[in-house]
Amino acid sequence: MKHLLSTERLSAAELTRILNMADEMAEVLERPIPKVPTLRGKTVGLAFFESSTRTRLSFERAAKALSADTMSFSAQGSSMAKGESLRDTALTLQALGADLVVVRHQAVGAPHRISEWVDVPVINAGDGTNQHPTQALLDLLTIRQRFGKLDGLQVAIVGDIDHSRVARSNVFAMSALGAEVTVVGPPTLLPRSLDGWPVRVASGIDEVVESTDVMYLLRIQAERGGAQVVPSLPEYVSRFGLTEERYERMKADSVVLHPGPMNRGVEIAHGVAEAERSLVLAQVRNGVAVRMAVMLTLLGGEAS
Amino acid sequence: MHEPTSEPTAEHTAEHTAEHTAEPTTKPTAPTVQEQAPQKAGEHDPKPRTTALVEPLSDTDPLLLDGDDIGRILRRIAHQILEQHPDASSLVLMGIPTRGVPLARRLAAAIREFAGTEVPVGSIDVGLYRDDLDHRPTTRLGPTTVPVDLEGRVVVLVDDVLFTGRTIRAALDALADLGRPRMVQLAALVDRGHRELPIRADYVGKNLPTARHERITVQLAEIDGLEGVRLERRA
Amino acid sequence: MLTADGPVEADVHVRDSAIIDVGPGAASNQAGGETRVLDVSDCWVGPGLVDLHTHMREPGFEYKEDIASASRAAALGGYTAAVAMPNTSPAIDAGHVAALVAARGREVGLIEVQPAGAVSVGRNGKELAHIDELWDAGCRIFTDDGDPVADAGLMRQALEYVGGLGGVVSQHCEDRGLSRNGHMHEGAVSALLGIGGIPHASEDVMVARDIRLAELTGRPVHFQHLSSARSVGLIAEARRQGIAVSSEVTPHHLLFTDKEIEAATDPVFKMHPPLRSEIDRSALIEGLREGHIDVVATDHAPHVAADKEVPFEEAANGVLGLETAAAVVNTVLQPDITQFFDWLSIRPAAIARMETQGRPVRAESSANLVVFDPHARWKPTTYASKSDNSPYTGHRLTGRIRHTLFSGRLTVDDGTLA
Repeated sequence: MKHLLSTERLSAAELTRILNMADEMAEVLERPIPKVPTLRGKTVGLAFFESSTRTRLSFERAAKALSADTMSFSAQGSSMAKGESLRDTALTLQALGADLVVVRHQAVGAPHRISEWVDVPVINAGDGTNQHPTQALLDLLTIRQRFGKLDGLQVAIVGDIDHSRVARSNVFAMSALGAEVTVVGPPTLLPRSLDGWPVRVASGIDEVVESTDVMYLLRIQAERGGAQVVPSLPEYVSRFGLTEERYERMKADSVVLHPGPMNRGVEIAHGVAEAERSLVLAQVRNGVAVRMAVMLTLLGGEAS
Repeated sequence: MHEPTSEPTAEHTAEHTAEHTAEPTTKPTAPTVQEQAPQKAGEHDPKPRTTALVEPLSDTDPLLLDGDDIGRILRRIAHQILEQHPDASSLVLMGIPTRGVPLARRLAAAIREFAGTEVPVGSIDVGLYRDDLDHRPTTRLGPTTVPVDLEGRVVVLVDDVLFTGRTIRAALDALADLGRPRMVQLAALVDRGHRELPIRADYVGKNLPTARHERITVQLAEIDGLEGVRLERRA
Repeated sequence: MLTADGPVEADVHVRDSAIIDVGPGAASNQAGGETRVLDVSDCWVGPGLVDLHTHMREPGFEYKEDIASASRAAALGGYTAAVAMPNTSPAIDAGHVAALVAARGREVGLIEVQPAGAVSVGRNGKELAHIDELWDAGCRIFTDDGDPVADAGLMRQALEYVGGLGGVVSQHCEDRGLSRNGHMHEGAVSALLGIGGIPHASEDVMVARDIRLAELTGRPVHFQHLSSARSVGLIAEARRQGIAVSSEVTPHHLLFTDKEIEAATDPVFKMHPPLRSEIDRSALIEGLREGHIDVVATDHAPHVAADKEVPFEEAANGVLGLETAAAVVNTVLQPDITQFFDWLSIRPAAIARMETQGRPVRAESSANLVVFDPHARWKPTTYASKSDNSPYTGHRLTGRIRHTLFSGRLTVDDGTLA
């Protein structure tokens, strides 16, 4: 693996190798000194063209736990605002000594393009509505910690599927590991074509609430136009929201995941966000371990 | 944390290759990745695991130690450890994956037999502390488990072959991040010389003078399904 | 050679700006002296190619292309005439701008540059541009290309007014309500990538509407750069009903589909209308062969690297086309000599009302000629255009321009600018 741009073509073996390593990284993070010298002398360039405090902090924490230096670039106050091309920005980061570049961008394919221009590995930290592979990996890790496996699990991804890079990454990664994925959302928030998607479709959360092992909730991406295509939020909640009443009807060992930020009271009721089977904070913790594993995989070379 | 994956033979383990041969060589066969459910720390399956990937060693490679020899050596080392530390309750044995871990378990069993004391056994992976990331992949890591708080304890690191000393250097770095033991010692089944760092073992099973280009291959029943230490002559 | 009597093996003799003799042995009679003889055995000779759709970018965007560089690219592509699109800055919406473009074309002197006039002032889609001035300055095609004429009432007025003069309104068929937030064909690939889609209906509804407006006004309408199978069907049906409809297709829509975008989201495959599905591509090829579509036009749209060295969604629309169009048409469709010149010269010249272009080779007509070798194999690497946003770079093509004569002068000699 030279770059991590998408989960679409990752095999079960590749996913498992990263998850196994992430397990070891999770152990490192529990040590009295949660830091190892593995990437000492390496520099991780964080190129965040789209702001994201959570993801950037997670990558920074991961790099530092591996003793890498970090070098941050954000679109605000940068030369992007002055019209510098994406290519020039990418080459600048490389010239400044980045050994690996983490890219977050509002447009689809920006990390893919950068990977063609630079000689160092590139990690996609979310590109527009396309992919967010480290989010999918941390979700897989969280689910695997709970169930010991993905194979055979029923997963429902509910909400604004069309505008969700998290959904696109998770659908392929989860199904590669044997989970059975159902996407749930109003027709205007589902992709217009699901050709090639290993999923089933349900038109309301009630269809899956009692059968699913993993309830994966997505927020409506108002900034990408998601809010304009549902009639009203109360109507959305009535068909797609995970209310406390619905949570009670879920299987006893089922879990609730959400990539954050949550819109409490819309896709997830306040009480559900805080509930025992909500793994939201475990997801955040696992994000660091997974990103450490991905950095090590890309900078440490390929085992096979 | 998942279990250590079964290894072909000792020579194939990434973290030991540099220890056994002078030049970091590429592995002759790719290890298989076992897909398995993660386990909580400390839940390692102690039963020997073998796979079809075990490569039988050539009969022409001289057998330097057989299973009985290894057993005798470990019992002697257990006695030596007890001589130096009559109060075995302060001891912790930390095996270096892959083959240091079963060796540490066998030493603990011997100490229990001789002194009646249950010595905690852990493992300390050095993959994240290596200094040759650019040369070889890190993508396979062994487990690190710390069975007790190390503060004030005597930690005995256990490894199969002591060679350049770089693995032990990495293990010492790793140990420093895991706690602050009162004393750290080193036990090695085989010392083959060619040190590159000022490191020596406190307990040596057998000194085996070798040429740099030769390989020492250790097989243990827990990992490999058979027992023995061989000298592998390479062209 | 394509003559008024159809394809024949013949010589052609050119003196000054005119053809003086056509027929077997026409050249050997005159050999020697000052006359140069080009041996073009196994090549096709016909009227110089005519592009109905070139973005020359001048005035306003000369860093991307200008009339001189576009003329050089056109000559290399076998063209002796091209219609310059009016989405310049300022737009070609008044007589003086059109006159400037035409004059600059004559000054460069490599091809005939016919400016297209804007339909509306500033291409704003609100009020009619200075149509009479534009007509007098040589405009025969009127379009707001780059933008559709969205208002049906304005479109009706334009058809009536332009039609009354004898010209044609050329429509960029796109319903912006349907293409909003779209960057590529809406289908499985866009859904997988998460890139906003442009449904084929965005084109179809505009084609359907304008067919009805052409019927209503009794004036001709021309549809630019068709991309959708449905619109080909609509046009075929309109023609059966006797409605005056013509249309063009680009080389890239004949060769590529949205699959090209899947692998690397390379903006060199981003254009408006977008590359669509294989069903659409086949329908376009079939539509051209069956005569429902009249013309192959390049939609030559130069953009400098900085406009394409960005993510797909942020990249400019459009690709180069002039230097490769003939080869792409020959590679994809393997036409005979008659079809080739029909699609690339005769019919476009007729739609643009050009008098000295696009006529079969015959004595006493203007010497606008092209020599095309239909067997030559090559891969495009560099371009005379100021930009290099070509999707054909490194693509194996069959057929290459050998010579271009504009008004009796060799502009391209053995594949290079004379």
